[in-house]
Amino acid sequence: MEILHVKRVYKTYAEHKALHNVSIHIDKQRIFGLLGPNGAGKTTLIRIVNQITGPDQGEIFFEGEKLAPKHISQIGYLPEERGLYKKMKVGEQALYLAQLKGMSKNEAKTKLNHWFEKFEITNWWDKKVEELSKGMAQKVQFITTVLHEPKLLILDEPFSGFDPINTNLIKKEILELREKGSTIIFSTHNMESVEEICDDIALINKSRKILDGKVSEIKNQFKTNIYEIVFKGNLISFTNALWTGFELLDTKKQEDNIIAKVKGIRKDSSVNALIGAVLNDITIVSVNEHIPTMNEIFIQKVNEVMPDDLPEELD
Amino acid sequence: MNKIALIIQREYLTRVKKTSFILMTLFGPILMAGLMLIPIWLGLKDKDIQIIEVIDDTRQFINQFEGTNTIQFYYEFKSIDDAKKSFYKDKYTSILHISNTDKNTTAYLYYKKQPGLSTVSKIESTIEKGIKNIELEKQFNISRKQLDEIQPKVTVKSVSIDEAGLEESKNVGVSTFLGFGGAILIYTFIFMYGIQIMRGVIEEKTSRIVEIIISSVKPFQLMMGKIVGIALVGLTQFSLWIILSMGIYSVGMGVLASSNMNQLNFSKEAITNGMSSESENEISENKIEEQINEMFSQIPITKIVIAFLFYFLGGYLLYGAFLAAIGSAVDSEADTQQFMMPITIPLIFSFIMASSVMENPDGPLAFWLSIIPLTSPIIMMVRIPFGVATWELLLSMALLVLGFLGATWMAAKIYRTGILMYGKKITYKELLKWLFYKE
Repeated sequence: MEILHVKRVYKTYAEHKALHNVSIHIDKQRIFGLLGPNGAGKTTLIRIVNQITGPDQGEIFFEGEKLAPKHISQIGYLPEERGLYKKMKVGEQALYLAQLKGMSKNEAKTKLNHWFEKFEITNWWDKKVEELSKGMAQKVQFITTVLHEPKLLILDEPFSGFDPINTNLIKKEILELREKGSTIIFSTHNMESVEEICDDIALINKSRKILDGKVSEIKNQFKTNIYEIVFKGNLISFTNALWTGFELLDTKKQEDNIIAKVKGIRKDSSVNALIGAVLNDITIVSVNEHIPTMNEIFIQKVNEVMPDDLPEELD
Repeated sequence: MNKIALIIQREYLTRVKKTSFILMTLFGPILMAGLMLIPIWLGLKDKDIQIIEVIDDTRQFINQFEGTNTIQFYYEFKSIDDAKKSFYKDKYTSILHISNTDKNTTAYLYYKKQPGLSTVSKIESTIEKGIKNIELEKQFNISRKQLDEIQPKVTVKSVSIDEAGLEESKNVGVSTFLGFGGAILIYTFIFMYGIQIMRGVIEEKTSRIVEIIISSVKPFQLMMGKIVGIALVGLTQFSLWIILSMGIYSVGMGVLASSNMNQLNFSKEAITNGMSSESENEISENKIEEQINEMFSQIPITKIVIAFLFYFLGGYLLYGAFLAAIGSAVDSEADTQQFMMPITIPLIFSFIMASSVMENPDGPLAFWLSIIPLTSPIIMMVRIPFGVATWELLLSMALLVLGFLGATWMAAKIYRTGILMYGKKITYKELLKWLFYKE
């Protein structure tokens, strides 16, 4: 079931093209990674979904309905550039932000108490924000973002400023929120966390979407058919054994072992086929298929020739 | 609760709860009342009575010197040397020595404590008058008594007549005072609270909370909530000031009045030769009070108060909108300079023009400045105590309302783009572009 559908959105600021024909589908109860280098248009897209700004062209649907101001209370947004009123007390401020999202004061208070207990920060309630460290303030911001239990959570670089312990805490919360039924849009250029928690991704570069899909599918799609095998034995007989199915790319000697990088020639080559081919000639220490990381895919896609560099008629 | 009401509430409460606000509200009136009372108190307390010994070698100035509350003259038949010798034994504070009645004579004043300028000029004019009298008597045989009898005393009372033939006398002094006072108040209030709007916007922008908030409310709601919230802070402070000032002033006046009575009794005992009489004093005091009452009855007080509230709010909303826009366009207060100039110029200009307007409260300068929204809040306040035609007042008010609606519209456009713009030096050209962005 689809929660958000961004349909052919265009947005231009003065001379700067921010979004060019961007379409995205996000299904319910998924963690959706919105990736892209700085200035690619991620923040603009997020602002459009949050109705902070409108698209020049295109439409956005929230649960099948056209996006409208009434959906604001069902969206939670943690911007990348975020802060709190420094002179205001933590509790007061959290209450204020919750009420702005349409919660009643009592409801907000009950839920805030719950979250403050969960994060073990109940003694912060009467502290002024300026007394908190950056990480502490981030925790408060996270709470105010999820407090009204939005159906759609938009987190822009949520882990920046967190230490590893708090990063894990927030990761755990994000996964828990998904279990409870929330959908999360997760904008980042930290590829490690993408692999860890995202179900789907879209990659935006220079105002265009250049890649999207399930993380597992994308990784498969970008498989290079390269294997790394560590073995003991004769390199020449190993090479001979490869001849029909694999091509030797590179070898390294490490103490008694030889580390070889080979590429499958046939389409159906697999770890099994590799083991079968060389099993009788050498002693295998380890073998694994080299699967590209999201980081490698990201860099590869971003460095590809962009349609922007092509004549405009090709659109 | 309505979101804009929530914003107004936050803006209001966070400011009203600040220690600086409470201190300003409490000590402001003490300061103001003090500024009003201290001169009066000093005038009473420091009534430094000058007792002047007159040594007149010419014997022409007997009974020529008239004493007042603060200066007493004693005519002594001594030589100047004797007087100087016994000076520090005597009660006199200074010795006046007149040696001749030449037209350009120089008299000497020997003192223990420096006499004020007014004392000196009073002595000068008395001697001049004395010499003139002596010459008049010598050359034209006119006695001093004759002169006193024909001494005229003229006052000019200005009375306006309107088309219907209704006469009304106005006191220019009180009008000037009220007009200028109102103008100063509006000027300071617009600045004080307008700048608070700008600071608030910059605070939200630099602390980066603004993006969180405008994902829940429209930028326009945030801007208007802030402007209205701060206006309420201003009105709260203003009304508290008035109430507290009046309280302190009346208590202070009461205290001063009772100590004043004591002083008068004391001076009655002190002054034995009757050069300054209490009864005379009382009469003049009563007269002044009557005059003051008369003056105020001619001034349209209710009209002034209503106009003050209107022009304060109107001017504040007009300039507040501009200042909110400036706050949104910059990254820190230091960057506001270039945009503040065109905002402050009309305010300062109208403040400078206020005195010319008072000179000619119905002239073309006064008319136009009190119609144009940017200058009208100050200039109209200056004009109202002198009397303004109703149609002019209504036109000015209507234009001010249109002015701040227009300013708010423009400000909203700049604001919604500006608050999300970081790390960029904004130019006027850029601001103009923002005005025409479509939503």
